[in-house]
Amino acid sequence: MNTRTLELLVGLFVAAGLVALFMLAMTASNLASYGGDDGYVIKAHFDNIGGLKVRSPVAASGVRIGRVTDISYDLEGFEAIVSMSIDPQYNSFPVDSSASILTSGLLGEQYIGLEPGAEEEFLVAGSVIDITQSALVLEQIIGQFLYSKADEE
Amino acid sequence: MIYLRDRGQDVVDILLDRIQGLGRGTLAAVSRLGRANVFLLEVFAGLSGMLTRPGLLIKQLFSVGVQTLIIIVVAGLFVGMVMALQAYYALVDFGAEDSLSVMVVLSLLRELGPVITALLFAGRAGSALTAEIGLMKATEQLSGMEMMAVNPIERVIAPRFLAGMISMPLLAAIFSAVGVMGGYLVAVELLGLDAGAFWSQAQAKVELFEDLGNGMIKSLVFGFVVSWIAVFEGYDCIPTSEGLGQATTRTVVYGSLAILVLDFVLTALMFGK
Repeated sequence: MNTRTLELLVGLFVAAGLVALFMLAMTASNLASYGGDDGYVIKAHFDNIGGLKVRSPVAASGVRIGRVTDISYDLEGFEAIVSMSIDPQYNSFPVDSSASILTSGLLGEQYIGLEPGAEEEFLVAGSVIDITQSALVLEQIIGQFLYSKADEE
Repeated sequence: MIYLRDRGQDVVDILLDRIQGLGRGTLAAVSRLGRANVFLLEVFAGLSGMLTRPGLLIKQLFSVGVQTLIIIVVAGLFVGMVMALQAYYALVDFGAEDSLSVMVVLSLLRELGPVITALLFAGRAGSALTAEIGLMKATEQLSGMEMMAVNPIERVIAPRFLAGMISMPLLAAIFSAVGVMGGYLVAVELLGLDAGAFWSQAQAKVELFEDLGNGMIKSLVFGFVVSWIAVFEGYDCIPTSEGLGQATTRTVVYGSLAILVLDFVLTALMFGK
């Protein structure tokens, strides 16, 4: 086999490997949704975040508009603080918007649902959402249910 | 009385022989490990020779990488297709068959891609490397080179080692990509799942660095270890036809065991939390 065919085949091999890597990165992983981290960050306080994780989606009316960037615990208010980065094109949410932790499907992952309010001022970087609703914890719901049953009797 | 004393002497002798055998075996194993490490350092030093003669590397990339390509592509395709079938039967009971792609892609990227590629690589390319180098040693080509003041490690070993290390991650990437396509074929064409759901579920759950990146790190480590074992077994073999056969077998056995043990260690470090 002469040098030209040899080098040609090796070149094809290396190219095929790189194309495979590229294909895996583009179609089978979340590279496409990385799209720049230039969103603005807002915060919300929750009593209980349930199973929310960093990188969980933030959605309004079911449309994904950002994601959770940080979760920490506030020792002064004894609450969880969730920071979320909202994509820059969604920049006109009223300041009295409310955030709730919801579950997609019956057993799916948890996400933050933003419900727009009615004020004329908009949320900007560093704003804090005051109206929040915690994640539903199964044990608490069952506990409340048993309580109400006991009251009826 | 004399007879009894002789018997006792025999037992002691046998015992001493056994203990000596154990000691000899341990020392041999330790000295082999030492030779392997010194050899690795020499190979690293010999890598610089390839800067002046890249042609040597190209030739080895062909025999190590290109000629292993067919078995990798065929194996990847069928592994992906089987994964999709099995995942479907497990998930359809829960009505979660749309998550099939997550299972197929994650297992391929994290485990099956690097591990099966490395096992096939040890069997196909590793054994060939050992046999080739061992035969060079048996026919005294290596010592002949030294006579002519050509460093055999720089000229023969280093290009083969580097070619193995470069080829492994590329082969693993090709394996995973072909496997994902095989899974797509079965899921969409055979089982009638939705093509859009297949890709979007995978994109929602598979992390670029966490999954794809760690899989590539795994395949790099496997490539390093398998290439090292293969060239060392060839270089260190007993230069007879029997020793050559044993060395080739050892490459495949040690290589495969090293891959599986390392895979556990790496998985525990990367995904174990």
